[in-house]
Amino acid sequence: MSATFAPPAELAALEGRAWLAGGLGALASAAGFFVDRPQFFRSYLVAWLFCLGVALGCYAIALLHQMTRGAWGLMIRRPLGAASRTLPFLLLAFVPVLLGLEELYSWARPGAAADPLIAQKTWYLNPGGFLVRGLVYFAIWIGFAWVLNRMSRAQDRKESDRLFRRMQAVAAPALVLYVVTASAGAVDWLMSLDPHWYSSLFGVMFVVGHGVAGFSFVILVALYLSQREPMREHLQPRHFHDYGKLLLAFVMLWTYMQLSQLIIVWSGNLPEEVTFYLNRTAGGWKWLSVALVLGHFALPFALLLSRDLKRDARKLARVAVLLLVMRWFDIYWLAAPAFAHGGGLHFHWLDLATVVGLGGLWFALYVRHLASRPLLPRFEPYLREALDDE
Amino acid sequence: MSRFLTRDGKRLYGLMAEFDSPEKLVHACEAASEAGYTRLGAYTPYPIEAVWEAIGHHRSKLPLIVLAGGLAGAAGGFLLQYWASVHAYPLNIGGRPLDSWIAFLVPAFETTILFASFAAVLGMFFLNGLPQPYHPAFNVPRFAEASRDRYFLMITTKDRNFEPAAVRELLAGLGPVEVNEVED
Repeated sequence: MSATFAPPAELAALEGRAWLAGGLGALASAAGFFVDRPQFFRSYLVAWLFCLGVALGCYAIALLHQMTRGAWGLMIRRPLGAASRTLPFLLLAFVPVLLGLEELYSWARPGAAADPLIAQKTWYLNPGGFLVRGLVYFAIWIGFAWVLNRMSRAQDRKESDRLFRRMQAVAAPALVLYVVTASAGAVDWLMSLDPHWYSSLFGVMFVVGHGVAGFSFVILVALYLSQREPMREHLQPRHFHDYGKLLLAFVMLWTYMQLSQLIIVWSGNLPEEVTFYLNRTAGGWKWLSVALVLGHFALPFALLLSRDLKRDARKLARVAVLLLVMRWFDIYWLAAPAFAHGGGLHFHWLDLATVVGLGGLWFALYVRHLASRPLLPRFEPYLREALDDE
Repeated sequence: MSRFLTRDGKRLYGLMAEFDSPEKLVHACEAASEAGYTRLGAYTPYPIEAVWEAIGHHRSKLPLIVLAGGLAGAAGGFLLQYWASVHAYPLNIGGRPLDSWIAFLVPAFETTILFASFAAVLGMFFLNGLPQPYHPAFNVPRFAEASRDRYFLMITTKDRNFEPAAVRELLAGLGPVEVNEVED
């Protein structure tokens, strides 16, 4: 095969636009930092978790592909790998969360241990542990992402039958560790916002959300690439059909987790657990909950059932945009009621500024990583089969 | 009721050509489709996708039947519980409201799957016209070879363009082993 699969040159312009949008958003967020510091940290946490969800979703999907193989994943392995290489940036973006620790987390404030329930949990919920755990999670993700991206890169240079088996062997433990660490991350970063409340399903819910975010994002990237050389002939309706099916599976899994938690909490009817749903069904929060049921489940579920829609990249991309927006609302829905202290639902302009700022910068970096390598691994043993298929 | 008769004076169901290779059958299917025939039947010892393409496949209605079954199961399962808990046998359980819809969701989900599965299996039988204890194709003695190594194409008299002489001429020109009349 003589093709080099060089990324399209238009990516440079896309990167420029992303830097611009991200820069403007970051400036607005910085202004917000001085105007309303507590609100800045709250909005920033949601924006950071949203971007992290997209990047980790792509990372996990890449692991899934490298473990199970298949033409669907081979076509998007490079776009997924580019996202996993943005993880060091997201570790850097963790710093503002650490700076706002006392603003965000009531257990981190001085005198929090006066609360007997929090006092029981300080062995886990303490600033030092929070920092060290965060570093460990990121070290694991970045480490595996680096090794796997390096192996994939080697397939641009030489033929090797052993390489993809080694990828498989590395991806399996990486996936197990990802689920464990991302669940723990959900406990640290989101669930501990309300330190009295707990749910053992919370971590998995967060991980499944990453799957929705990752697939939605990579469908948009695949649509962009399918309209340009060199992927124009290679990315075909059958690939989008596969992505649509997997997206549908993750949408259903997200619903399954949410519904399981609701049914368990509702059946248990325990005072310290039901607060979660009481907070989210009071006042304006109720409408956000309804919007999530419709926008994160009912509508995408019904649309994704259609075979024609899944095979039409443009229509599928519209569902992906809807789900990406819903991912932000889902994280907001999990985080923000803890800040409202029983108050109503009020969006702040910083909610938008932080996600445009951080998301824009993240996306610019993503595009740069995407443009830095061929879009398909040339010497991957199964590449010919994947391209010839059908 | 067929308008045509066989040589023995019986009602004619169609004309059947026997081929000794799948390529010939695919070619024959394409030729018959091009000639404007739509009521075709192709019989092979194993599935051949190209045949399915050549005789003009149509979209299956099965997904809609399954969807209808699923919706009926969801509504039925939910309403059954609602009726039982709110109207037929109202019971105070732990101070919960009678209409505890959250508790109804799991059984309603189960009936959704149950009805959808039944709809899928029964719908498949219905759309395939099963059970069918009698089919005229078996009146051709050679037809038994369809489950061994022979490939058959039948054009039935149900076709609007069916004209015995023209059909026989078309089939004979496609390189068959033989062309047989199928008695109804």
